[in-house]
Amino acid sequence: MRYEAIVIGVSSGGLNAMKTIFSFLPEKFSIPIIIVQHVSPLSENLWIDLLNKKSLFEIKEADEKEKIESGKVYIAPSNYHLMIERDKTFSLTIDEKVNYARPSIDVLFESAADAYLNKLIGVVLTGSNNDGAKGLKRIKESGGLTIVQDPDTAESSFMPSSAISASIPDFILPLKEIITLLIEIDIENKLPA
Amino acid sequence: MNTVLKVRTKDDELLNSLLEAIYHKYGYDFRQYSEAHIKRRIMNRMVLSGLEDLEHMQELVLKSETFASTLLQDLSITVTEMFRDPAFYKSLRENVIPVLKTYPFIKIWHAGCSSGEEAYSMSIIMQEEGLSDRTTIYATDFNQQVLNRAKEGIFSQKVIKDYAVNYKLSGGKEDISNYYTADNDNVIMNQSLKKKIVWANHNLVTDSVFAEVNLILCRNVLIYFDRTLQNKVQSLFHKSLMKGGILCLGSKESLRFTEYHEKYSILDEKQRIFKKKY
Repeated sequence: MRYEAIVIGVSSGGLNAMKTIFSFLPEKFSIPIIIVQHVSPLSENLWIDLLNKKSLFEIKEADEKEKIESGKVYIAPSNYHLMIERDKTFSLTIDEKVNYARPSIDVLFESAADAYLNKLIGVVLTGSNNDGAKGLKRIKESGGLTIVQDPDTAESSFMPSSAISASIPDFILPLKEIITLLIEIDIENKLPA
Repeated sequence: MNTVLKVRTKDDELLNSLLEAIYHKYGYDFRQYSEAHIKRRIMNRMVLSGLEDLEHMQELVLKSETFASTLLQDLSITVTEMFRDPAFYKSLRENVIPVLKTYPFIKIWHAGCSSGEEAYSMSIIMQEEGLSDRTTIYATDFNQQVLNRAKEGIFSQKVIKDYAVNYKLSGGKEDISNYYTADNDNVIMNQSLKKKIVWANHNLVTDSVFAEVNLILCRNVLIYFDRTLQNKVQSLFHKSLMKGGILCLGSKESLRFTEYHEKYSILDEKQRIFKKKY
């Protein structure tokens, strides 16, 4: 399989972006998706239930040591950093905030790049800080595919712009075209090599 | 791709060798910690100290006790706050305190206490519940530097504001400022809270049972360990708890995947509070 996981980083404007993604992704979409969305530390992540209603497949909070499986969507719990180990299981930490954020997109992306190398897709969406820029660069350096939401079309352009200036991504696209691209990649992914 | 893979494999070997070196020279064992976490911490230190690669770091760690001590601080988890996860402390007041009230003497073990914020939180609760006189809190950590800080009980004014919010949300009945004396920048916790806490150096990875207790709090420590080490520490906790004793874990930690799942009943599933079966 060409790609084994997709990591997505999203901040302000994220809920709308994710609603869009999950109303368009088909049920048979199989590459696991792991998301860091910046939320308040006391958030109960009730929006996960909201997304589940919109989506055809299971969206859940990542548990520590949980094995990453295809066809599932995992969201970082609030107030914890989410990392991926080389055996494709999750680790959670309460380490210091990174880029004023916990969970931090960079922390997820950098560990995911180490775990998946070139079999990883990294996506940076709308947001108003520079979290994710360093991590996306690392994914690119490890041979993974990098995608950034076109800043002109993002609810908040700062995070996509920061990611683009840190390293030129493979694709800069509006959200719906990103979804189309991911669906195409997923179909290709299932074809015999 | 191949170069990336080669570099990665070499880095991993060097990382393992560094952890072995730390263990054999200094006795601190990080070999069963989450690899992604350790790697991130060590790589950060490499950049901060301007080291070329992990080989240089290993050389330095073996040569310089000062650097070893710096690295030890990097690898130990020192993020904490008073009444962290207020909903947990609320549940503790509602579900655990009534059980503790039935004992003539109450021994509490706060394992992995770091700079002590949560041990002071516990001491406040025991005072408010009128249980202080019969309570001893053993607060332990392997990091002597943070223990020394914890003992002083001095916290910055800046963070106290957040702690006050946590305290109220946790069902606090007073004003948190009743529990400390403030100067311009810092607050110092009251002597009445301090004297209930015994600070001790204890390493969950390498040390054994040191007391039989009624309540163990160990929150957000086990997430850093691999499954084997989690099981080992759970065994230590099980042995340290009296029958009917209570175990409190972090909000994302569970007993589900350990051998000890069947040995406890659940007091509060969401807040991860368990009771050792008789």
